[in-house]
Amino acid sequence: MESQLAEIAQHTGGVIGNAWLMIAFPLVGAFILLVFNRFTNRWGHLLGVAMSLASFVVAVLAFVELLGFGPEERRRAVHLYEFIPGMVDMGLLIDPLSISFALLITGVGSLIHIYSIGYMSHDEHRRRFFSYLNLFVAAMLLLVLADNYVGLFIGWEGVGLASYLLIGFWQFKPSAATAAKKAFVVNRVGDFGLLVGMFVIWTTFGTLTFKGLGEQIAPGTQNGTMLAIGLLLLLGACGKSAQLPLQSWLLDAMEGPTPVSALIHAATMVTAGVYLVVRSGAFFFPEGSGAALAVAIVGAVTLLAGAIIGCAKDDIKKGLAGSTMSQIGYMMLGAGLGPAGYAFAIGHLITHGFFKADMFLGAGSVMHGMNDEVDMRKYGALRKVMPITFVTFFIGYLAIIGFPLLSGYFTKDGIIETAVHHQPILGWLAVLGAGITGFYMSRMIFMTFFGEKRWADDAHPHESPLVMTVPLMILSLGSIFLGGYLILSNRLLDWLTPAVGAPAERPEFHFTSVPGLATLALVAVGAIIAWMKYGRVPVPAVQPRGSFLTTFARRDLYGDALNESLFMRPGQWLTRLAVFFDNRGIDGVVNGLAAGIGGSSGRLRRIQTGFARTYALSILIGAALLTGALLFVGNI
Amino acid sequence: MTTHYLVLSGLLFAIGAMGVLIRRNAIVVFMCVELMLNACNLAFVTFSRQVGNLEGQIIAFFVMVVAAAEVVVGLAIIVTIFRTRRSASVDDANLLKY
Repeated sequence: MESQLAEIAQHTGGVIGNAWLMIAFPLVGAFILLVFNRFTNRWGHLLGVAMSLASFVVAVLAFVELLGFGPEERRRAVHLYEFIPGMVDMGLLIDPLSISFALLITGVGSLIHIYSIGYMSHDEHRRRFFSYLNLFVAAMLLLVLADNYVGLFIGWEGVGLASYLLIGFWQFKPSAATAAKKAFVVNRVGDFGLLVGMFVIWTTFGTLTFKGLGEQIAPGTQNGTMLAIGLLLLLGACGKSAQLPLQSWLLDAMEGPTPVSALIHAATMVTAGVYLVVRSGAFFFPEGSGAALAVAIVGAVTLLAGAIIGCAKDDIKKGLAGSTMSQIGYMMLGAGLGPAGYAFAIGHLITHGFFKADMFLGAGSVMHGMNDEVDMRKYGALRKVMPITFVTFFIGYLAIIGFPLLSGYFTKDGIIETAVHHQPILGWLAVLGAGITGFYMSRMIFMTFFGEKRWADDAHPHESPLVMTVPLMILSLGSIFLGGYLILSNRLLDWLTPAVGAPAERPEFHFTSVPGLATLALVAVGAIIAWMKYGRVPVPAVQPRGSFLTTFARRDLYGDALNESLFMRPGQWLTRLAVFFDNRGIDGVVNGLAAGIGGSSGRLRRIQTGFARTYALSILIGAALLTGALLFVGNI
Repeated sequence: MTTHYLVLSGLLFAIGAMGVLIRRNAIVVFMCVELMLNACNLAFVTFSRQVGNLEGQIIAFFVMVVAAAEVVVGLAIIVTIFRTRRSASVDDANLLKY
């Protein structure tokens, strides 16, 4: 059974009362950098970092202040202003869930900002890049802090806009421009789901605030409307979090600069869907409901699909993108299990934020030293020339495959065990996914850092500057310790309980459970297979043909082909039909009418002969007819 | 009695209308128009007398005034056209057409 969420209390003053500063700082940063444009070129990146850090400081202070309240008083609503009179008051909800996200977004986001100083140092548009980063952070903060769905939606769209701008940052490359458009369009599909979901919520309950919904919806309510809302919100979550069937944009999004990928994958954007599901969990995804089951299934399918895609990619960033899909799939699976899974899903989200940012920034560091080469077949033996990058990347690797006692181990294992307990089939699929994770991540490590050199002739790999490696070190520290700290003795669970509800039974972390051991065994098997194929034997520098299955994975499971044949082609046919109908049908009628009138008036004007006596005759006839008509009418 | 006047009026009107339609000389056409107006006047006066009030007579006066004004303007136009074209035929002045 669901437990009641804690009451939301109104709050004024203090840091929490001014939590809007968290959003305002990066927003102002973006504004200044965009408006004053070239004048800020020299110090723009520093302003961007400062604004992000300032936001982080506010988040930490708000967190500390929130800790000062008792667990049942930790949901604080801050009223900002009347947004749409009689409908929505804009306000912030500072509770354990939102502040956890805010800390992740601003913390990891700031590290990515700092890293970008080094990574983008040769780019002449670095200032614009930082303005977009700031915008991204601001939008994401609005998304997680808003106390109603409208605010959430504004942040949601802001995130979509910022991701569009950043993925297409190098818009002179046609592939980047296309990828940005694709990300935007696919996200629109999800946004549509969220928007319609909000419409239904409004018509059903007459409120869009979390507080109002909490008062109206009895815990565990299930009916058709609730299911519909849940599925619509799930569609939205699928779009933002790149879950099947809306996953196709994520891999192409690698066209953006690498820090953007890190930001999208670790701190912002893809976590929004998980946030939406967990935030709405108590209302529309109650434990055991169809909507929750749908979430779990989507998560399980996506985690496998992402892992399979990751196995075949030679582009290091696309490999990581596949792994993000897969890991977000784990989070969705956890979020579909009700309160029992929320803590693990959020825990995995946070630790994933660290180790995925770590690995993406590590990949960026490798690319930085290798002339922006992304093909892992052109890497090899980089561990000696990039020791710091190697060690930090390796820690991230250990964390993601769930090496015991590292962050990923605790959170992923928690999700798997809870899933096996609640949904055995999905749980064992997740175990299988973990094994595949062991394979593709090991493959990445072996191809990049081990083996012999396969570098291009003009590549002179070197370690990146400190401004890039220090964030890596901090992130890898988080990748080591954070998971254990959050999961052991249920720290995160107890912290989140007021905001998401308590599970029926308190989970205990078992180091020797059957699914856990099976996971470890499969991961080991995967890593060994990867070593046999990519560590022991030389990696061919040219991509081999590969079996049908390899091609299947290389082509992203034919997701693009499917979208093309199911949606794009029929859409094009429809537009062609519409154009044809417009040209021939509508234009035909209009043009024909005009031509008809023109032609007949051309003939009609011949009546105007210019002979006065003709006119006189016509007047006479007219008068005679009128008179006749009057006489006729008068006689009746 | 009334019938005789009305028949006369109708005859005059028909002659006038025929003249307007048939004759080419602008002056003659003009006089025919005057004939039609006066045929109408005759009808007005006839009816005025039969009905026994003065309204028809008054309208006849109005028609005369209008006709006088019309003569002034019309003759001026005809004289001007004649001066420029050396012709008073209404069929020659046919430039204003399609």
